[in-house]
Amino acid sequence: MSEVNEKIAVEHGLKSDEYKKICELLKRTPNITELGVFSAMWNEHCSYKSSRKHLKKLHTRGDQVIQGPGENAGVVDIEDDDAIVFKIESHNHPSFIEPYQGAATGVGGIMRDVFTMGARPIANLNSIHFGSPDHEKTRNLLRGVVKGIGGYGNCIGVPTIAGQTCFDESYNGNILVNAMTLGLVNKNKIFYSKAAGINKPVIYVGSKTGRDGIHGASMASAIFDDKIEEKKPTVQVGDPFTEKLLLEACLELMAGKSIISIQDMGAAGLTSSSIEMASKGDLGIEIDLTKVPCREENMSPYEIMLSESQERMLIVLEEGKENEAKKIFDKWNLDFAIIGKTTNSKNIELFFNNEKVAEIPIDFLADNAPIYDRKWVKAKLPKKNNFSKDQFKPLKLGDCLKKILIDPNIADKEWIWDQYDHTVMADTIQKPGGNAGVVRVHGTNKAIAASVDSSANYCHAHPLTGGKQVVCESWRNMISVGAKPIAITNCLNFGNPEKEKNMGEFVECVQGITEASKYLNYPVVSGNVSFYNETKDKGIKPTPSIGGIGLLSDYKKMMTMELKNDGNYLLVIGKTEGHLDQSIFARNILSEFNGPPPEVNLFNEKQNGNSILNLKNKNLIETCHDVSLGGILTAISKMGIKSGKGVKLFPLEGLVNKFEYFFGEDQGRYIIEIKPENLENVENILKKDSIHFDKLGLVEGDKITLENDIKLSIDEIKEGYKKWLKEYMVN
Amino acid sequence: MKSSVIIFPGSNCDRDMDVALRKFGFKNQMVWHNDAEIPKSDLIVLPGGFSYGDYLRCGSIAGKSKIIKSVIDFANSGGLVLGICNGFQILTETGLLPGILQQNKYLNFICKNVFVKIKNKENKYFKKIKKEVLELHIAHNEGNYFCSSNELKSIEDNGQIAVTYCDHKGIEDEKNNPNGALKNIAGIFNKDKNILGMMPHPERMIDPFLSGEDGSIFFKTLIESL
Repeated sequence: MSEVNEKIAVEHGLKSDEYKKICELLKRTPNITELGVFSAMWNEHCSYKSSRKHLKKLHTRGDQVIQGPGENAGVVDIEDDDAIVFKIESHNHPSFIEPYQGAATGVGGIMRDVFTMGARPIANLNSIHFGSPDHEKTRNLLRGVVKGIGGYGNCIGVPTIAGQTCFDESYNGNILVNAMTLGLVNKNKIFYSKAAGINKPVIYVGSKTGRDGIHGASMASAIFDDKIEEKKPTVQVGDPFTEKLLLEACLELMAGKSIISIQDMGAAGLTSSSIEMASKGDLGIEIDLTKVPCREENMSPYEIMLSESQERMLIVLEEGKENEAKKIFDKWNLDFAIIGKTTNSKNIELFFNNEKVAEIPIDFLADNAPIYDRKWVKAKLPKKNNFSKDQFKPLKLGDCLKKILIDPNIADKEWIWDQYDHTVMADTIQKPGGNAGVVRVHGTNKAIAASVDSSANYCHAHPLTGGKQVVCESWRNMISVGAKPIAITNCLNFGNPEKEKNMGEFVECVQGITEASKYLNYPVVSGNVSFYNETKDKGIKPTPSIGGIGLLSDYKKMMTMELKNDGNYLLVIGKTEGHLDQSIFARNILSEFNGPPPEVNLFNEKQNGNSILNLKNKNLIETCHDVSLGGILTAISKMGIKSGKGVKLFPLEGLVNKFEYFFGEDQGRYIIEIKPENLENVENILKKDSIHFDKLGLVEGDKITLENDIKLSIDEIKEGYKKWLKEYMVN
Repeated sequence: MKSSVIIFPGSNCDRDMDVALRKFGFKNQMVWHNDAEIPKSDLIVLPGGFSYGDYLRCGSIAGKSKIIKSVIDFANSGGLVLGICNGFQILTETGLLPGILQQNKYLNFICKNVFVKIKNKENKYFKKIKKEVLELHIAHNEGNYFCSSNELKSIEDNGQIAVTYCDHKGIEDEKNNPNGALKNIAGIFNKDKNILGMMPHPERMIDPFLSGEDGSIFFKTLIESL
């Protein structure tokens, strides 16, 4: 066994003073296995040492919340004893190094987090961010990530129902892969990771342990440099077939009453799973590493403890239930080994070949892990641009629209989601490409809507506003399909927290998320933080991804976004001020990248959303779509493209700048389609509720027209919109 | 009518098939791959998924599994065997159906609605279907049907081509061939037409709120023909 010193500790990603603290706590020098365990538990990824202080402020409570952050996943009540378990998690660093396996194991990991709690996964989602389309790595990374996500999810047989794909040069050196899973569970049969009772058998199930993924969590807590290719061995290798067996076996075991606690072996593998279970139960744990099923020869205790081999679970069983449990895992051809027991020592004790190879008090690893109050700077609200009339003079609305529809961040993403099985389980009633994915709660009238959103440009321009905005956008996506928003999970992707600017972005985005989720009663119930998304001093734009879920009590009343019938009216709900700063229009057409993001008015947001749900419950809405990137004209184009129907826009009243009106990205807005016979009724309700609305136009023919300004056939705009990504990927 | 759905480790459309069969009146039972015998059935279904992880080749390990001998015996005695997607792949691996299913032409998994033309209605699967073209759903990575020219001649001569990819009007051209399958073949029969293997999933099209309802037609008419 090699001698441990400060240099070796630093190679493990620990800071010098952190190593000193370890020696002080132990009152001795740790051996190499112990050092490995410390480094795995104290890295940013597992310890949340830079973020913990701020995450405490998140709004996490509500009547609908059964389990908030701190467990494998969050749990919310969806009535009738049903509950949804859900969480989003990042797999950014590994996906950049090895896109297929990185993304695949990201999906596998998040699904395990969900079924660990006793839930059968019913839907997957993802949010993926890549560098500029011109960057040499982007195409291959995108291809690999999409294949990885599909390869894993398709095999398990869980539909991938929605997602989001963004391109921006700030991700050239650090892509983002955030995977989200929803599972369904009976709310009285939820499983937790807290161990209880002494001398209970600790069981290892699933795949064998190999040498893959060692130091994965430490790698995910570091910035990238030129030698990043050398990190390939730290990326885990996924086997979705084994995961499918593990899923079925675990759910079969969970149907009985033998499990005390269960935890998947994710980041930092056996180390973090065993310590978390013991720590939550205020117990000790003893593990005989000789008994861990290994797939490679001569694995050392150090390697066994730090391996991040996939598809493994740790279970604390009731005594005497070992045989019953083993039978189930035998049936599914999975390894089953009793590797240890719970103790009252409050230490983790590791044995190998009858020798004690490590002993560390659990609280040193969990409660005494370092917490940093990092310095941060507040962002100033940028000055608004004063666009001059001359800038708009040469522009034509129709040409601008065509250009915006082929912007990589707007263009259709069918090439991606065609590769994901989005219909398996036969309950997907809204497929990718809509406002949100929707799956039925099997065998009931209920359905769950889900979406993932991020707005890195807004967050970059002003983190506080951006943080609020993403939550609101998620809320609007739920409303747009007619679902009552229930709760969110967040994946907080940021740069290097040791830099005050990046830390400030984090702190203020979290504050924005908190304000909005509190106001909208849309609490955060789970999530994760990914820092150090930085390569050679260049960090990503702050990118909190928000995964939201909503409940439809009657799935037959779900709303969709494609235009329905000629002669129906289109209304814009919410006020259009014409905010162009940070919009797609400003970037793509005016090449203006500065300025503040659109303002978020939480009062209006809530009022407008609730009034949409109210109208929907009265069966007054035919179609609904929220207005987001690209503004009103982009929104109606997408609605038209979906059904091939056109829109006759009414002339604007007064001296409104048409570009601002049609491309502005003001918040809190929706476009709804109303039957002519319902128009008066709808107008009266909206007026009574003091909701601002504009009459936008009529569904008509197969063209988008506006007096002499626009005359575009839907077929023409559809072609560009549909083909950009397909052509990009072929080239 | 009694049906049995075989579950292999890695099957993932077994539940969907169970739901569909029951919805249209079958008394369905699930049969585990390690069982040696299949309960008395009028129809055996090999569902979609990734049996045994699709390791080696899609369907190949399932084609050698314990239960498969009973399936072969049942088929050889004239029993109805339906293989959907991975089930189709398994049927070609056992030799019950000719040809093979290669990786899709553009090397990507494809999940989308497609139209298929019914090529032969003189069999229990399609004889009561009035439509000529059905809208069904595919979700696969290896659905590119291929066989030798001799085999092709023989399956054509024997009317073994069951369904082909086409457009909504029934035009079978390259544009409407999602995976590069030979002659747009989406499904085939054995010589006696009691075994049907096809890539499209009728069980995902049994409800207007799902992708569509043409799958309902398939199951409704199937139980009527038995």
